Amino acid sequence: MSKQIEEIENEIVDEFSFFDDWTDKYQYLIELGQKQNGFPKEKMTEGYRIKGCMSSVWVVPEFKDGKIYFKSDSDSIIVKGLIALLIRVLSGQTPEEIINARLDFIEKIGLKKHLAQQRTNGLSAMIKQIKMYALAYKLKTEVGKTK
Amino acid sequence: METEEIKLKTGFNVEELRKDFPILERLINGKPLVYLDNAATSQKPRAVINSHIDFYLHHNANVHRGVYQLSTESSDAYEQARDKIRKFINAPDSREIIYTSGTTESINLVTYTFGRKIIKEGDEIIVSTMEHHANIVPWQILCEEKNAKLKVIPINEKGELLMDEYVKLINENTKIVSIVHISNSLGTINPIKEIIEIAHKRNIPVLVDGAQAVPHMKIDIQDLDCDFYAFSGHKMFGPTGIGILYGKTKHLEMMPPYQTGGDMIRHVSFEKTSFNEIPTKFEAGTPNISGAIGLGIAVDYLSKLDYKKLHEHEKDLLEYATEEMEKIQGLQIIGTAKEKASVISFIIKGLNVMDIGIILDTAGVAVRTGQHCTEPLMDRFCIPGTVRASFAFYNTKEEIDIFIEALNKAISMLK
Repeated sequence: MSKQIEEIENEIVDEFSFFDDWTDKYQYLIELGQKQNGFPKEKMTEGYRIKGCMSSVWVVPEFKDGKIYFKSDSDSIIVKGLIALLIRVLSGQTPEEIINARLDFIEKIGLKKHLAQQRTNGLSAMIKQIKMYALAYKLKTEVGKTK
Repeated sequence: METEEIKLKTGFNVEELRKDFPILERLINGKPLVYLDNAATSQKPRAVINSHIDFYLHHNANVHRGVYQLSTESSDAYEQARDKIRKFINAPDSREIIYTSGTTESINLVTYTFGRKIIKEGDEIIVSTMEHHANIVPWQILCEEKNAKLKVIPINEKGELLMDEYVKLINENTKIVSIVHISNSLGTINPIKEIIEIAHKRNIPVLVDGAQAVPHMKIDIQDLDCDFYAFSGHKMFGPTGIGILYGKTKHLEMMPPYQTGGDMIRHVSFEKTSFNEIPTKFEAGTPNISGAIGLGIAVDYLSKLDYKKLHEHEKDLLEYATEEMEKIQGLQIIGTAKEKASVISFIIKGLNVMDIGIILDTAGVAVRTGQHCTEPLMDRFCIPGTVRASFAFYNTKEEIDIFIEALNKAISMLK
């Protein structure tokens, strides 16, 4: 069984507690972003793009054995690092768990203030999109069961 | 109106002037604030801040309504501010100075009243590639409504208007030219007087978006001879939520009201309402009284400065920053017009502009990143956005050094 969302969130909060200042936090996010590869180039299309004023995000879901796996990319390395964290928390979870995830860790590591509230960077839109995918899979599964 | 004595400094000494802006002493992330987002909004001198406090502590009452002393004081201060602003831009008549909430509302006011009245099917409105969305969208909506056309003056690679193309765009269908004085994204200073003269030869009225110009240069409305001039208080060291529309009397008098309600009427009955004279006709409801008074104080403050020295200082800052930035590998300045205000937009090859802005913030440096409400302009340069550093007279070379150092650090972190 995969780790619970909350458990992973707590791990991330612990990791961030070691950083003294914002430069170190962003340095870590940049490293995470740089490590994140493997987004299928052919999926970098308008259809998967969540456009912000300052950066764009691409998200592709894959549904396997009742769980959703996400791949994502961004033209902002910092947002990419943040996505790496989100994917670490949400990828491989069930639709139900994803829909209900509160994602408090973004606020606990202090990034909400800096990033998530900006309508411009596409991050909030990305979280919403991930939850929409989860909701769509959930409905699809339920419809399948009743048939 | 008895106000506390407001100390206004004459001459031009940057270190002395900085002391008038309390926010410049702030620390951001433990480092001194380097505020380089003046094109978005400027900081406020203590005199402007104090004027707000003074108004609410001692003089608050509605304007144009009461017979009691407080209301008279409030009305006098509100109208005195209007006259200060008139004098500041050398407009002939203070009735031509209309208080609005800012440049955006000023432009919308003209589109919805003047524009709606004169634009008919098949007419054409001229704007330019470098317009702020506030000087595109209202005209676009009007064009859709009237089945009119929006024509756009193109620019060259440096970000300068192609004046020949402008002349070619003008024809018998052209009814309005609405153009920015200084580009918020590029810093380009447009040859506004020439633009107005060309339009006037064909009797075409011109609206000038002066939001970025007023904080940097002396505006002489009578010399420009523009039909409308729009600007914001908050970009010229005044309060937010107050702005000005200057309009020629002949236009203002034929324009219908923009909004209706209190103060702007002469007589109301259920059968028929008649409207007040200008400028009150355009100021429905209780206005932003403290904002208007505060803007008057900002004008007092600016009027005491030596504009020649201010201009030289800003030019020095622009040249110094440009020189230092050109040393950075992969950095490209967007907007290299010959006539330029102290605004530098740039991109760095391979880096996202938001990432650069975020890392600069960790060093206490505030810049703007993104499209700057000029999406068509960004499309023209085929870029998603820029980082923009915009300087005011209170910025210093030392701050530019901090900015450049932080920028180099950001690049090394992000690459």
